[in-house]
Amino acid sequence: MNAPERATGVGTDPWLGRSPERVEDLTLLAGHGAFLDYLPVRPGTLHAAVLRSPHAHAVLVRVATDRAMSCPGVRAVLTGEDVTRWAQPFVVGVKQPMQHWPLAIDRVRYVGEPVAVVIAEDRARAEDALDAIDVDYDPLPVAVEIADAIAPGAPLLHPEVGSNIVSDRSFRYGDPETAFATAARRVAVTVQYPRNSCTPIECGAVLAEYSPGEGAYDVTSNFMGPFSLHTVMALALKVPATRLRHRCPRDSGGSFGVKQSVFPMVVLMCLAARKAGAPVKWVEDRLEHLTAATSATGRSSTLEAAVDPDGRIRALAYDQFDDVGGYLRAPEPATFYRMHGCLTGAYDIPHLAVRNRVVVTNRTPAGLVRGFGGPQVYFALERLMQRIAVELGLDPLDVYRRNFVPCDAFPFRAAAGALLDSGDYAAALDKALAEGGHDELLRRRDAARAEGRLYGIGFAAIVEPSISNMGYITTVLTAEQRARAGPKNGAIAAATVNVDPLGGVCVTIASAPAGQGHRTVCAQVVADVLGVRPEDVTVNTEFDTHKDAWSVAEGNYSSRFAGAVAGTVHLAATRLRDRLAHIAATSLDCESREVVFAGGRVHARTAPDRSLPFARVASAPHWAPALVPEGVGIGMRETVFWTPESLAAPDAEDHINTSAAYGFAFDLCGVEIDRTTGRVRIDRYVTCHDAGRLLNPALADGQVRGGFAQAVGAALMEEFRYGADGSFLSGTLADYLVPTACEIPDPVIVHLETPSPFTPLGAKGIGEGNSMSTPVCIANAVADALHPVVGTVDIRLPLTPGRVLDLLGIDDPPPSVAPTAPPATPARGTGRTMRMSGSVVVAARPEDVFRTLLDPDALARVIPGCHGLVETAPHRYAADVTIGVSGVKARYRAEIALDDVDAPRGLRLSGRGTSSLGTASGSGTVRLEAVDRGTRVDYDYAVDVGGKVAAVGSRLLDGAARAILAQLFERLGREAAGAVAPSPAPSSWIARILRWLGIGS
Amino acid sequence: MKPAPFDHVRIDSPEEACDLLAEHGDDARVLAGGQSLMPMLNMRLAKPAVLLDISRCAALDYVRVEDGTLAIGAATTQAAIEWRPALATEVPLLAAALPAVAHFPIRNRGTVCGSLAHADPSAELPLCLAALDGEVVLRSRAGTRRLKAAQFQAGVLATACRADELLVEARFPLRSPDEACAFEEFSLRHGDYAIVAVAAVASPRGIRIAVGGVADRPVVADWPDLDDAALDTALNDLAWSLGARDEGEVSAKMRRHLVRGLGRRVVRRARPTAGGLS
Repeated sequence: MNAPERATGVGTDPWLGRSPERVEDLTLLAGHGAFLDYLPVRPGTLHAAVLRSPHAHAVLVRVATDRAMSCPGVRAVLTGEDVTRWAQPFVVGVKQPMQHWPLAIDRVRYVGEPVAVVIAEDRARAEDALDAIDVDYDPLPVAVEIADAIAPGAPLLHPEVGSNIVSDRSFRYGDPETAFATAARRVAVTVQYPRNSCTPIECGAVLAEYSPGEGAYDVTSNFMGPFSLHTVMALALKVPATRLRHRCPRDSGGSFGVKQSVFPMVVLMCLAARKAGAPVKWVEDRLEHLTAATSATGRSSTLEAAVDPDGRIRALAYDQFDDVGGYLRAPEPATFYRMHGCLTGAYDIPHLAVRNRVVVTNRTPAGLVRGFGGPQVYFALERLMQRIAVELGLDPLDVYRRNFVPCDAFPFRAAAGALLDSGDYAAALDKALAEGGHDELLRRRDAARAEGRLYGIGFAAIVEPSISNMGYITTVLTAEQRARAGPKNGAIAAATVNVDPLGGVCVTIASAPAGQGHRTVCAQVVADVLGVRPEDVTVNTEFDTHKDAWSVAEGNYSSRFAGAVAGTVHLAATRLRDRLAHIAATSLDCESREVVFAGGRVHARTAPDRSLPFARVASAPHWAPALVPEGVGIGMRETVFWTPESLAAPDAEDHINTSAAYGFAFDLCGVEIDRTTGRVRIDRYVTCHDAGRLLNPALADGQVRGGFAQAVGAALMEEFRYGADGSFLSGTLADYLVPTACEIPDPVIVHLETPSPFTPLGAKGIGEGNSMSTPVCIANAVADALHPVVGTVDIRLPLTPGRVLDLLGIDDPPPSVAPTAPPATPARGTGRTMRMSGSVVVAARPEDVFRTLLDPDALARVIPGCHGLVETAPHRYAADVTIGVSGVKARYRAEIALDDVDAPRGLRLSGRGTSSLGTASGSGTVRLEAVDRGTRVDYDYAVDVGGKVAAVGSRLLDGAARAILAQLFERLGREAAGAVAPSPAPSSWIARILRWLGIGS
Repeated sequence: MKPAPFDHVRIDSPEEACDLLAEHGDDARVLAGGQSLMPMLNMRLAKPAVLLDISRCAALDYVRVEDGTLAIGAATTQAAIEWRPALATEVPLLAAALPAVAHFPIRNRGTVCGSLAHADPSAELPLCLAALDGEVVLRSRAGTRRLKAAQFQAGVLATACRADELLVEARFPLRSPDEACAFEEFSLRHGDYAIVAVAAVASPRGIRIAVGGVADRPVVADWPDLDDAALDTALNDLAWSLGARDEGEVSAKMRRHLVRGLGRRVVRRARPTAGGLS
């Protein structure tokens, strides 16, 4: 563990490699962070609220804003009509006729898709008016899972494409066919990687303004990059990039890739500001964020290996499907291609076959989430490594050692083109085992198993790419398409270092940090070069596209800070120092190469006693430019642009060096499973990283801990859940479970440092490794724990207690007596469809009950809270119903239908309705049978609830819906018997529940 | 995520609250700690016209030992009960269950009576009230009613409290000297809603077991002291009687499994021979 140290005095030891206190923290801890929502705004700034689709897939028939416009405080409503006038669809990464607008135009494709924006004097009034926008949707069949979307006859999200598979690329490297044909063994896994996310404390935020005079937009947002997307935004707004000024505030409350997804909202708020004629501010709330911001890309993959009997892998074959959601939003399909060059992981595997299919589904568009692409690849690859060991009866550690890229082979060109820069994978493994106490874990496993407890050990080895090649995404195109479009490659970083007239040093970077400590590290870098203290260096990270040095690769992603940005700061500082050395050499009467910068002073190497203060030397050119030696230049400001030379565009055979640097992590862990609850307890977690040279060990450990915490969530808890109808079920942090301090053990962190030859400081990224290694390491440990009991199992993340118990098998003996409550009916599909059945006996003849059902007036009396019911066609009604429970109220517009009418034996009674709380629909059969005391009414129903209620209330819906149906049929019975009570008193709990979901409507 | 407009009325006495409830009925909601209501307001699931804020009503902020019960006023926070030094001897089941009620910051504001009135089927405090056969005091302009837990608890977020009534007090019976109890809960994370929560109270008169999180309200069963085999049968029958349902990753089968597993643990711990909580 690397504890921060207090920076004291001026030493000659380098600051890099040490852990001074973060310069960011005092401000943050004192509550003085400069987050967007804290920034002052211009007088007259308005606030936006976004109306979002409750449907996963529907035709957008009509959006009427008249009522909303007359709400108090409302200044404008932005609709698709405005958007088509002022904007154009976002560019798409594949050549397909797909349109993605910042606002739905004629169709919605996921729950939460923006449909309209209300701009009002404050956010509360804007939200008030959302309910007053009248939207007609015509629901369409949905494709929620990858399997649904690729099935023959699947509903098409983008009919012009003709398929939900919007990209299908195959690749081969080496000779995989021969390797598989001649393989001693073939071992395969089929796995799924779930949709999940990392959850920043601060959600998205945008402050936008339009200047009609300039025809320009000026935006501040917590968008984090990549700034290649700045061009996507400018193109969508139909302005030159210079007329979209974008600024990032100093502080961002967490990003983890997720803040990439702010960019469509930047465009939307620009348009909202244009519509309102005033600055507009939008701050995303948690429900919006979880529902509709972004998600890690879901993946379904089959991975097969051709293996020698000793576990040596000759070839790999990937067949992968990515679920990118309703639109292919930039930079997707980058989840596939970020990892493409290093699909062979840490292993020397010469032959590789890959097929990548990009699938659109009725879910939130996917994008960057910490690890981006890595968790998906390594979940398959490292599960396969364990499977190979199990099937071949080998020690998994031997399988690792036999396949690792040997330490003398670096830089190593992997099959698909990654140039693995440096490393010693076997040494890292040995270090992890030794310092992590592998022997002790083996003893614990033996002891636990001897007592019949479930204890397992898992491993994972991953190569962690950093500093993405901006050309990797073009691997999705064919070589011919690439040739037409022109080459793309590189990863330009920029940094500026300057000296002010008092000799103060300032660094300006466009890295859009979100808490990682970029300012601290830059100050360390520059302090070493200029011989000053870190606190003498001011670092400005407020990125402004109009005033900063930047290029398309800028931003806070692909773990590019340590390798690229800090390295570029070093180059800029060095260039400035070399010029200062020339200036100082005159005064010191020595050669410029003899000038030493140390201890805040400047001296000649040979005369350390005769030194000048750094500030004096550094500020001199401001005051006496005429004294600056010829050829040195007077401006004390150096801007350096740097790109890794190793990053070329994909070649004609699709080889691509996807990243400039490749770190390594080897993890091991011991877990124990509780047989009663299915809970997985992490007994010990060990993670060994080689991220090249560590610039600040405490910050590196912070990245490891943070990544590990989020990865524990991915392994055990986190998943965005959807109903079979595409409704979103994880709208609060009580539904989308993020691990807390109680659930996260402190990992044992081990480091190895093999510097990268390709980055200026030898550093590589470290922040994403655990997102890639930890989920699969825990999965392997759980598989190992279960193996003695149930053999080989397929592990699906997250490993919730329910899933673990399912794998383990639950002994569920029947009751000794018939249960008094009706047996539970299993849920249909995977989501929020509820099935329920019951029966009531009513004191009326079947004919009377039937007559009640067919009589609109009687039906109106049966449905609680019914304001009116109008017959629109035979057996078709439109109803207006206010429903609520426990004070929850919403007015539903409902349609009711009677079908399969078989008087007086039965019929089908269906209804569906929409309100500000979302959608509700129910359909089921009603059977009538004459019994002694009247009629037995049997009902069997399927109920679907979507929109906000499903997103936030899913835990309580089932019980509520059950009560509602029971009550509905009791009322039916009473009406039929001629004994129906007047509408129940408003206080009646059951009436309130009844009205909540609009069942029967 | 801003609430719809409402009038906020701070109540200084229960009488004032009852007057306003009589006037506004269903359009009013009572705000005590706000730990369930505020999210419902902010998500606009609830849009009451009037919010009756009893949180600073001194007359409702009390804990008294009275008539063999611990009587808790409607404005009394869960933390105030949790940190009561004598709680472990007065009502040990509450002492055992309160740490499982969400987290410290929530218990610092959340009230005991608010949780009972909210009637979440997974909440711990309604389960304790049912297990101990406690009661609530409901007050309106028309008068005062006392209801046993079984009469009061009516389903998912549903109670027998009328729209003109204020839940003014909860009464938890004090532990009798020959009684022992135990509490177990399984939730996905510490502080989450219970997937299954089980409480047991054992005395020479038998075992009372209460299960939360499965049915639409806490369910109570009374058994004589059973041997292990009979206990397993009784727990299994109880588990099946609750109408467990599949919900996301938590299957009906898993809930039955937890009722059996946690049920065995609490009964073993509560049996007089095992000591139990005292």
